[in-house]
Amino acid sequence: MRKFKEFVIEKLILLCGLASIFFVILIFLFLLKEGLALFKIESPLKFLFGKSWYPISEPPRLGILPLILGSLLVTAGAAVISVPIGVGCAVYIAEVAPLRIREVLKAGIELLAAIPSVVLGFIGMVTLVPLVKNMFHLPTGLTALSGSIMLAFMAMPTIVSIAEDALYSVPKTYKEGAFALGATHWQTIWRVMLPAASSGILAAVMLGIGRVIGETMAVMMITGNAAVIPRSILAPVRTLTATIAAEMGEAVVGSEHYFALFAIGIVLFVISFAINVTADLCLHKKQS
Amino acid sequence: MEIWSHEILSVIGPSNSGKTTFLRTLNRLSDLHTAFRMSGAVEMDKRDIREMDVEILRRKIGMVFALPLPLPLSIFENVAYGIRMQGVRNKHELEQRIEEALRQGYLWDEVKDRLDESAFKLSGGQQQRLCIARTLAVQPEVILFDEPCSGLDPVSTAKVEDAMVELKKKYTIVLVTNNVKQAARVGDKTAFFLSGELVELDKTDRIFTAPQDRRTDDYISGKFG
Repeated sequence: MRKFKEFVIEKLILLCGLASIFFVILIFLFLLKEGLALFKIESPLKFLFGKSWYPISEPPRLGILPLILGSLLVTAGAAVISVPIGVGCAVYIAEVAPLRIREVLKAGIELLAAIPSVVLGFIGMVTLVPLVKNMFHLPTGLTALSGSIMLAFMAMPTIVSIAEDALYSVPKTYKEGAFALGATHWQTIWRVMLPAASSGILAAVMLGIGRVIGETMAVMMITGNAAVIPRSILAPVRTLTATIAAEMGEAVVGSEHYFALFAIGIVLFVISFAINVTADLCLHKKQS
Repeated sequence: MEIWSHEILSVIGPSNSGKTTFLRTLNRLSDLHTAFRMSGAVEMDKRDIREMDVEILRRKIGMVFALPLPLPLSIFENVAYGIRMQGVRNKHELEQRIEEALRQGYLWDEVKDRLDESAFKLSGGQQQRLCIARTLAVQPEVILFDEPCSGLDPVSTAKVEDAMVELKKKYTIVLVTNNVKQAARVGDKTAFFLSGELVELDKTDRIFTAPQDRRTDDYISGKFG
């Protein structure tokens, strides 16, 4: 009887483990089935590099280059803002801050991660958007820059907590070794701690970027949603994610538009898969 | 107590007797621990070390740890690290000083053909001598050794001891060791610590032949510890 119980529990756990990967495969297959249908009508090259996105004109023009560029621009902007601040913050928490400030900061950053993205988007809309508009004298503050700043806030918790972990797990002996040679605190951080934690920090950055590129709600609210190739960071853009979210409701099931949105999903899937694999490789390099 | 230049002071005593704490007080590495409290004073060249700039102090007083602590860099960069920190940029001077340091650490002949390899590829004994060379490269006046041979085999230990005896011509050495025989072999003076207290300090041959304190006698003859 006891053996039977063990057997059942073991198999149940196995089932749970399989379920997670099973669902991923199902989702992927569904995405592929719906998305690839587009390429019977439209060539993949024209889809990826077409310069205009007019899905409901006659005939529809389904080029997602403006959307890809929009996503890349917003993401790159967010990375430029969040990586230096995030890594700096991690260094401060792991190396410089006194114990009590460290606890407060860590709690604060976790809180930042807990704010729903739609709330952040809403706050960005009423504070950040007018600020950008007035600062650069633009006709509208709904720009790629606003989106980048907003997304930088969302990437920050991921970057800070993983980078801080990486710094914290650098053996204490490295630090003492550098100090014993007469290194200053800053020299130790710059020449010993950061290089030793580099793979973990890289993984932190990649995961932060992964979060940014998949983010939908906040960017949809504050980037202006104009599906044109952006001329500068102060122009309105539309991202891949926002396009799916905004248009899925009105796309006719089985139409080209509908299939095109799924194809965008595939593109997003490939991008975030690549980012996650890179982050994983970085983390494993650290362990070996 | 007084430590004279160009001599080796060995510090012996059972674990937890305060040997390493004593050593770390000398170069103020203990400051890193928040719980550390210090009373009394340590003077170097008649100056209180707490009034000196801590980075300069640590450059004058180099330290070699119990476990070899190579940085995750190449052999060359490990030694170059401290020199670069002093602001030496000239490549020729850098190479010269690295070779000199590695020669003094008795390591040059073994690594001269593979300076670009990772320091982790060296054996334990070689890593320890690399750490000695790294410390020497900063051109200190005093070198602290914290049980430098505890992880090494007898052959490597002998090489490190040879290096120490050679080094005392140019430097002052404080050696903390668990190995009583090592203290007898290389030390000019020997201090015996027990439970955080200095029990006895004298010339090494006096300590080992005619100790004044009973506890010293018991420890070196192996009755405890």
